[in-house]
Amino acid sequence: MGKFSYQLVEDVAKELYIRALKILPPDVKEALRRAYERETNPTARTIFETIFKSIELCDTKDMIICQDTGLPIYMVEIGGRFPIDGAKVKAALAEGAKRATLEHPFRGSSLHPVTRDNPQTSIGEGLPIIYWDFNSEADYLDILMIPKGSGSENMSAMKMFTPAEGLRAVKKFIIDTVAASGGNPCPPGIIGVGIGGTSDLVTALAKKAIARPVGSRNPDPSFAAMEEELEEAINSMGSGPMGLGGDITTLAVHIEWAYTHITQNPVAVNTQCWAARRARAKIRADGRVEYGF
Amino acid sequence: MASYTLNTPFDEKLMRSLHVRDLVTINGHIFGMRDKTMIHCFDKGNELPVSLDGFPILHTAPSLKKAGDRWEKIIIGTTTSTRMDRFSPPLMEKYGARAIIGKSGLYQGSLEAMQRFGACYLAIVGGAAAIETTQIEEVEEVYWPQLHPEAIYKFRVKDFGPLIVAMDSHGNNLYADVRAKVQEKLPEIYRKCKISE
Repeated sequence: MGKFSYQLVEDVAKELYIRALKILPPDVKEALRRAYERETNPTARTIFETIFKSIELCDTKDMIICQDTGLPIYMVEIGGRFPIDGAKVKAALAEGAKRATLEHPFRGSSLHPVTRDNPQTSIGEGLPIIYWDFNSEADYLDILMIPKGSGSENMSAMKMFTPAEGLRAVKKFIIDTVAASGGNPCPPGIIGVGIGGTSDLVTALAKKAIARPVGSRNPDPSFAAMEEELEEAINSMGSGPMGLGGDITTLAVHIEWAYTHITQNPVAVNTQCWAARRARAKIRADGRVEYGF
Repeated sequence: MASYTLNTPFDEKLMRSLHVRDLVTINGHIFGMRDKTMIHCFDKGNELPVSLDGFPILHTAPSLKKAGDRWEKIIIGTTTSTRMDRFSPPLMEKYGARAIIGKSGLYQGSLEAMQRFGACYLAIVGGAAAIETTQIEEVEEVYWPQLHPEAIYKFRVKDFGPLIVAMDSHGNNLYADVRAKVQEKLPEIYRKCKISE
């Protein structure tokens, strides 16, 4: 048995990126299978069948699911009973993402926003994107890795409504955003929704919403009910897999929320494709690493 | 909804016999290209170094590695077509492309060009790159390699598909039909969600 080190965090960060690109989480596969059972449109059923064949190839031949290896996002939860140096974790995550790109190798999808120079490392100014959270009871470091592809991310949207426009404006915005996106985000995937907070927080909440296992419900019953209502609404649109028509336009709607200002009513939508990739690792003080989703 | 297995190159008559919702599986060769390739050709005035006459174009997103003279596949997928929309009519008119393979479709001008020249848009399943890579047997040639990963790739394919005919030479656009139906349904959805009275 070894012991915890920042080199280990770097190795895990590399491994997580590659695992996320190759192993689709079981909850996503199960949701796709259930969706296929409900789908009646012949074109849509053909699309599902191609998706299943492609997943099968990833599982049996160790292949990458989608060529868009995305922008790397790490969601980190630091355990209160496992104190660590956050700055060293940050550096290790960046190095791990870079090594995954160079050593696997795969296409680096990130570049300078003005010069458009691509160093082919997946990292750079502001990347990888890291979210930090804390759990006072945990005696481990939890890292969730999401490679976010652009087809779905490009369809994301945020809007600051007024309190007078109410919840109806929020719901309309979510439905209209999905209706306008058509086949672009490679549906059926997850519709992540943020409600409340500030303009930056509401967008981050929508991203955290797509990081949840498919079909998990918000613990607050009123938000859980809204998730179900929006799921039904979106799946009655008929937009369907790849925007070519069908009964299933989304696998799930997930909502995350926060308190907001008395004058504000923010909403954000983060779209995730059917290949809703994520990989998780828990690292313990004795150096044990448990991989999951 | 009929299913066809087609060998490249395609002729006009064959393309005019296809209708939206038909399924197509391709054997032979297809040419991959995308944003920078088309800008290099049409905006910067460089003639394509290869004939596309009768062949399908794939809006490709290739991850390849070079081993000596050969290009080996890592993973090859398909990117969103709408960004390349304005280059589609000249690809058909000037270079003879008979099909465009991609995701998310093209706009009205491209649909009209398909009617005029006899061509189709074939929809692939986005994100299913593992199966797409498997159906591409070989990267036979790379033209304009300095533009890689946005060069021109000659792919030899076997049982490539099934692709869905989503825009045909008869003026049908499945994407537009689905969008119109979604718009018709929205008022009822708003009422159900208590967004409108």
